[in-house]
Amino acid sequence: MTAATASLRADRRRATPLDVERIRADFPILRNVRVEGRPLVFLDNAASSQMPQAVLDRIVRYRTWEHANIHRGVHYLSETATAAYEGARRIAQRFLNAREEREVIFTSNCTDGINLVMHGYGRKVVGAGDEIVLTHLEHHANIVPWQMLCEEKGARLRVVPVNDAGELLIDEYERLLNPRTKLVAITHVSNALGTINPVKAIVAAAHRRGVPVLVDGAQAAPHLRIDVQDLDCDFYAITGHKIFGPTGIGVLYGKAGLLEAMQPYKGGGDMILSVTFEKTTYNVIPHKFEAGTPPIAEAIGLGAAMEYMTAVGHDRIAAHEHALLEYATELLGAIPGVRLIGTARQKASVLSFYVGDIHPHDVGTLLNQDGIAVRTGHHCAQPVMARFGVPATARASFAFYNTFDEVEALAASVRKVQQLFA
Amino acid sequence: MDAKQLYQEVILDHNKKPRNWGKLDGATHRAEGLNPLCGDHIWVALKLDGDRIDAIACEGESCAICKASASMMTVAVKGKTVADAEELVAGFRGMTTGKLDPATDAKHLGRLTVFAGVKDLPTRVKCAILPWHTLHAALERQDGTTTEGAADPVAIDAQGFPGNA
Repeated sequence: MTAATASLRADRRRATPLDVERIRADFPILRNVRVEGRPLVFLDNAASSQMPQAVLDRIVRYRTWEHANIHRGVHYLSETATAAYEGARRIAQRFLNAREEREVIFTSNCTDGINLVMHGYGRKVVGAGDEIVLTHLEHHANIVPWQMLCEEKGARLRVVPVNDAGELLIDEYERLLNPRTKLVAITHVSNALGTINPVKAIVAAAHRRGVPVLVDGAQAAPHLRIDVQDLDCDFYAITGHKIFGPTGIGVLYGKAGLLEAMQPYKGGGDMILSVTFEKTTYNVIPHKFEAGTPPIAEAIGLGAAMEYMTAVGHDRIAAHEHALLEYATELLGAIPGVRLIGTARQKASVLSFYVGDIHPHDVGTLLNQDGIAVRTGHHCAQPVMARFGVPATARASFAFYNTFDEVEALAASVRKVQQLFA
Repeated sequence: MDAKQLYQEVILDHNKKPRNWGKLDGATHRAEGLNPLCGDHIWVALKLDGDRIDAIACEGESCAICKASASMMTVAVKGKTVADAEELVAGFRGMTTGKLDPATDAKHLGRLTVFAGVKDLPTRVKCAILPWHTLHAALERQDGTTTEGAADPVAIDAQGFPGNA
């Protein structure tokens, strides 16, 4: 390490407001797992993040002491479980800053939330010749449901283009809005490039024309403080396993008025008020959208994860991750032949890259030899990959428990890959 | 053998200088192979002289494991009969999915046994097998093959396969 690098690194360490070692102690998987005889360097957080002990413990406590079906029994355990489940809903409400508790629907993941809006809202309001506006940055989860709807209704998708840095062309977006636009569906943060989109301005422009906006918040929630009232979006979907909670649980926020007017997505128990063979009266929101027994432990675990993030502090998380991203951008950017894909001015801690002409899968396999986990592939965002002329990238995505040492390990390992292929 | 050794010993050489790479004039059989997971996309073209593979060529875009596997495959099957080539296809599949022991059951694969280590890289098995599946498709005169769905070598050979329980 040169003196300049050492001093840069020291600056970075001073710049972070987090006691990362103390945070890492909360994550057993980071302490315990070794890969190829080395400590795990987990840089695949955008795919799925790890759970802290507090979340694991909360799930075990529920399963050990509190489990019964919710919203049904009058007995002790059912009431305990219902209180814990509805408590998690209130935590989620605060986490997203929703106006009302009933605007928070538990889903199975972000994809499920988007599909709920497609079925409950899209199928009701979108007709032949109508348009849905997406962006070039979308994950397949925010493309395919709308494509299915367009096929069914004879509607069409309009796509907001991006510049070479991976930033949306906002003027183009405004031009795409017209009287046929029925919905804008955009990602808050690009999973493949890390771009943070100006959601508030995008929502305001749509609302000026009376168009509602759905935000895919899967990649934003791990990094940013989410305030759905400030954004004024109509729907906001997130998933639990990317914000240090379990898989199989997500949250969809929707404005109460819209949710009330929408059709249920799934039929079954818990979503009804009364059922006869002639007619069913649906339950009130949010229960109208939560048919069947939900993943109760997962919802409670997600609540614990949101509380954990809140305790660490969104501002501190953002500051630390920003420092990691800047350091990683600098170290990888300094390696000749490494091409960074996605260089937006506003970015979350996601770094997609290409090493010379080495296929990302080869890069990923060799990084794994050094215990480093990155995602390689098209990141379920093939249109973005096509836009940048690559079939796939290697992607390092940082969480607040990652360290500057891990950034250095990544850069060193990328150099080794290059040498091997040289 | 760990991944680094696998790369060092064979893959890098064939990745840099793939044998029989490019177009084949007068091809009698041709198939396209696609691995949508990582974007490997190759074509295998053959010229059969009766029952014998007179010439073979591969081209396309792929990772190093796929390219090296394709390159070594062309060397291995050139001049072989269709039946012998199909036996190599089956042997390669068996070896890379951990069903055949390279030291005993898959000895007939010769140099190709260096790919045995791929079985320890479950996500990369498809990369190594794609050229062989494409060759098989070309011999069967199918238009294309893929590593997904029905033709998925990992799905088909999932029993006892690490990471696919």
